Amino acid sequence: MVNTKVNLLGIELDNPIIPASGTFGYGYEYAELYDINCLGSFSFKGTTLEPRFGNPTPRIAECASGMINSVGLQNPGVDAVIAHELPELKKHFHKPVMANVCGFSVEEYTEVCRRLDGEEQIGWFEVNVSCPNVHGGGLSFGTSPEAAASVVRSVKKVTTKPIIIKLSPNVTDIVTIAKACEDAGADGISLINTLLGMRIDLKTKRPVVANKMGGFSGPAVKPVAVRMVYQVYDAVKIPVVGMGGVSTAEDVIEMMLAGATAVEVGTANLPNPYASKEIIDALPAAMEKYKIKNLSDIIGGAH
Amino acid sequence: MKQVIFKIKENTPIAKNTYKMVLLGDTSGVTNCGQFVNIALEGLYLRRPISVCDYEDGTLTLVYKVVGEGTELMAKLVAGKELDILVGLGNGYDTKKSGDKPLLLGGGVGVPPLFALCKKLIGEGKKPTVILGFNTSDEVFYKEEFEALGATVLVATADGSVGTKGFVTDAMKELDTYTYFYTCGPMPMLKAIYAATNTSGQFSFEERMGCGFGACMGCSCKTNFGNKRVCKDGPVFEKEEILW
Repeated sequence: MVNTKVNLLGIELDNPIIPASGTFGYGYEYAELYDINCLGSFSFKGTTLEPRFGNPTPRIAECASGMINSVGLQNPGVDAVIAHELPELKKHFHKPVMANVCGFSVEEYTEVCRRLDGEEQIGWFEVNVSCPNVHGGGLSFGTSPEAAASVVRSVKKVTTKPIIIKLSPNVTDIVTIAKACEDAGADGISLINTLLGMRIDLKTKRPVVANKMGGFSGPAVKPVAVRMVYQVYDAVKIPVVGMGGVSTAEDVIEMMLAGATAVEVGTANLPNPYASKEIIDALPAAMEKYKIKNLSDIIGGAH
Repeated sequence: MKQVIFKIKENTPIAKNTYKMVLLGDTSGVTNCGQFVNIALEGLYLRRPISVCDYEDGTLTLVYKVVGEGTELMAKLVAGKELDILVGLGNGYDTKKSGDKPLLLGGGVGVPPLFALCKKLIGEGKKPTVILGFNTSDEVFYKEEFEALGATVLVATADGSVGTKGFVTDAMKELDTYTYFYTCGPMPMLKAIYAATNTSGQFSFEERMGCGFGACMGCSCKTNFGNKRVCKDGPVFEKEEILW
């Protein structure tokens, strides 16, 4: 008998699998297909203060072993999430859920966390600092150690729930940013968000997605993600949640060896809606194959 | 939505760059005409959404035009090959509002989903008129198939090589009254139909999709009743919902 349980910031997960924000909505579409309570948890759609339609379409482009998206943080806004989505989510999912929070100013991140803080089912905040900083010239909060740290310090004041900062890989030095977040009081780090990418349509000779650039994700980005999780694990003492191209139970083990306490599954859910469940089902056999009894024993095992 | 493995029975060209693929497998997940399926193809990461042309017990028919990477790969598939397909995606057409004499307007690759719709309408005792629009004669398909269902069929071609010269909206001018309309086709055609019709109706839209089942927000659109997902809340929208 193998043990797939892990502990993420004081909350025990039945397994480390967490569908990633933006690929799982609020869980309903998947709950039609399987009992989503098999998941460790899931990170719901990134939430901003006001409702957002997001970017114009087309928002999606095919890539070799992956895809580009430029959804642009479409969401109904925090008040609608509290009034409609979370009560509905609760009917389908009975475990602590991860609240993904986005913002275009420090004040917005803080206000969204403050309003969500009273929601019992939220176990952790995952604060996505990949959004453009409207007060800081449009560069994302996640590309500046100071800007990322200022978000952490501010949101920590309005909630006692653990704050996991979701980092962008589109930086020159991920370690400095991760350390700045840790020093500012972050409880955990999750990474990687998507890599900035572009595809051009040869017939129209224009970029495929309307926003020109978008976030590249899928199996192709996994080596980048494993490398960054490995580097960040080395540099910080707080737990790391790894993601980026994870599609199989073996990918989960690899991510955990690199240093991940829990593992998010994102893009894989889109071409295969059963991906997260299949990974969970395959995990015990993969653990036996690699002689792993307790999954939590292998966290950072490659160091 | 249901994930089903289908076996290709036939995959043959029926007009210029246009193929008919007949698949054998469990079609119980297809619950309405106007829905689409999402096909996994070897070598591509994302599935490809294709509208359902016809479905009967155990047989699924898709008619598709080769327009890009995905449909190029599909055109090369041979009988016997198995495909992993998500079926029963999207809302489909609502036939309750059609009245006795509905008008069906299809443009090019937008024609196929109207076939199952036409079949259903006729099954309900209604008398549909179908207008099929193409660029030129060698692109025309399914005229006889619609006629065999018992529909009145008009064809329009942009170059006048078959039927009325011009667009489906030009062929519309030759018609008596209709009680309601249903359409699918390229965006300029849909806009022209929106302007040219004097009844309510339903439009089927196309968009690049990530998942096809409502999770990723890749195919969102704005409507008069809020943001909707083409894949899950559509692909069929009522005239009153549409914001161009």
